[in-house]
Amino acid sequence: MANEPIQKVSIIVSKGSLEGVYPALIMANGARAEGIEATLFFTFFGMEAIINKRMDHLRVSTVGNPAMHIPTLLGALPGMSSLAAVIMERRMEKLDIPPVREFIEMISDSGAEIYACKASVDMFGLKAEDFCKQVQGIITVGDFYAKSAGASIIFT
Amino acid sequence: MTKNIAGTDVDFDSEGFMTKPEQWSRDIATALAAEEGITLTDRHWEVLDFIRSDAKENGGAPNVRRLQKVGNVPTKELYTLFPKGPAKIAARLAGYPKPHGCI
Repeated sequence: MANEPIQKVSIIVSKGSLEGVYPALIMANGARAEGIEATLFFTFFGMEAIINKRMDHLRVSTVGNPAMHIPTLLGALPGMSSLAAVIMERRMEKLDIPPVREFIEMISDSGAEIYACKASVDMFGLKAEDFCKQVQGIITVGDFYAKSAGASIIFT
Repeated sequence: MTKNIAGTDVDFDSEGFMTKPEQWSRDIATALAAEEGITLTDRHWEVLDFIRSDAKENGGAPNVRRLQKVGNVPTKELYTLFPKGPAKIAARLAGYPKPHGCI
């Protein structure tokens, strides 16, 4: 098979920490910047990034995260993950990486599609109005596969 | 590589981006746009003019966030004007190398 350029990506976001969400957002935005179609599907805790009340307050995992290079017991102190989030957000702003809400708006405006996972929405007892307005719908896994026809699927 | 466009010899990198912004002219932009299947409107020109002045000041073409925030062109419109990727395609038409960075 020839190395055809990628034309479409479907990115699943399953984690709700700051460091869990950003790679997916950067990949979706980067895809659109290259003229590649992109769909974002938020499932389980990944939905934190599209829930209106939560999306401005994502935090970094400071416990059970060896790459943070701080002892787990210290990481467990109150306020540590918020502090880590503040530091990371400052660094990202310097690199011109937008905050989650602005990033989601930008990705949506670039023509990417954004969906929430029905099973997760039901499990967490959420409603359509709990999500930011860029969310185009709450869809089943079957809908997700149908929308992903011809796409590379990326799970994060 | 060098290619003759609109009567001028123009230097390009391997991805088709101009390496010497000073060789740029509006005729070259029009010809490069035609290669991309784009007919330049006044609004396209506003974006290209912004990129020319911004890149001159900052040493490189702006990304989409900057085109929106400083250039005052909404992201949605940018993608309508340059569907295959505004930062990349507009930089190419404005005679600047591809913007670096992941955003």
